[in-house]
Amino acid sequence: MNAANYLYVSALLFSIGAIGVVVRRNAIVVFMCIELMLNASNLAFVTFARINGNLDGQVIAFFTMVVAACEVVVGLAIIVTIYRSRRSASVDDASLLKR
Amino acid sequence: MMNLAIEVSKTSTPESVLFWILGPACVLAALGMVLAKKAVHSAILLASVMIILAIFYIAQDALFLGIVQVVVYTGAVMMLFLFILMLVGVDTSDSLTETIPFLRPIAILSALGFGGLLITLIGRATLGHPMVGLTEVNIEGNVPALSQLLFSKYVWAFEVVSALLVTAALGAMVLAHNHRLVARPTQRDLSIARFRTGSLATAAGLPNPGVYALHNAVDVPALLPDGTPSDASISAMLVARGDVLESLPFQLPAKGGDE
Repeated sequence: MNAANYLYVSALLFSIGAIGVVVRRNAIVVFMCIELMLNASNLAFVTFARINGNLDGQVIAFFTMVVAACEVVVGLAIIVTIYRSRRSASVDDASLLKR
Repeated sequence: MMNLAIEVSKTSTPESVLFWILGPACVLAALGMVLAKKAVHSAILLASVMIILAIFYIAQDALFLGIVQVVVYTGAVMMLFLFILMLVGVDTSDSLTETIPFLRPIAILSALGFGGLLITLIGRATLGHPMVGLTEVNIEGNVPALSQLLFSKYVWAFEVVSALLVTAALGAMVLAHNHRLVARPTQRDLSIARFRTGSLATAAGLPNPGVYALHNAVDVPALLPDGTPSDASISAMLVARGDVLESLPFQLPAKGGDE
């Protein structure tokens, strides 16, 4: 096995996450799919760090994790706020601007 | 020799065994996460994907990141997800109707195209050097090496990220804070409202769920005086989740008239 196989897994996970973001309607599941895409990119970073023999990729992956944690906190707070006013967590229901 | 694709060097046999077991499991769990109808199942599958990724990190000499992945992602982030799921309601399952016509086939097709593009790109990419590996960099251990980078080359980014964390925490508090526009209705207000708006039959409150000799829980409806189960005695949430039992098995057999 060569180390590039991790990159294939990463690409697959990223595409699956992208499908989920577009197809799913529940805002929380959409969020989980975004997390999956971030994790896939992290795997690519770690693999490239190993292939290239320096730790910069790992540092970037670390920063990605921190930013993802921030994003989850704020995003879930937004979802809770929307749910409080709409009683629904579906992304289709939050289309008030269209009407 | 020059046209080295990324297939640069072989990893050890235990690692390839690990990869060929966990890699497909990881992709399958991710697929299941997208396909699962209930959000809780998606969350559990995402947690398993994250744990597998943590193992991949540790296998690739990123010990610190592997542990951070378990602590931050499967620990904190997934906990937060499940917490919000409980808050928002477990029964909020997805509607499967497409609101935008042909959204699903277009999405799957474009994601397949994108994934295929990425994979062929990885397959054809060249680095120009064999895989270096991290044994030399990690010679003092992964954590000291990472911290040296973090506090020298990336120290500015580190500070900015800490500011971002504080901002995110504050933002979440501001967003989740509930501004009450009117005063909270007291028990007295609620009682008056019940009498003014509802019918007098429910003004005294809804009936309790059933209490039987063999079962005493909120998932079995109580019996009305005429012996039929009362729908008003169980929570609508339980009905929506399909967690309601029939009251029939717990009833006493009919005595057969007055004796």
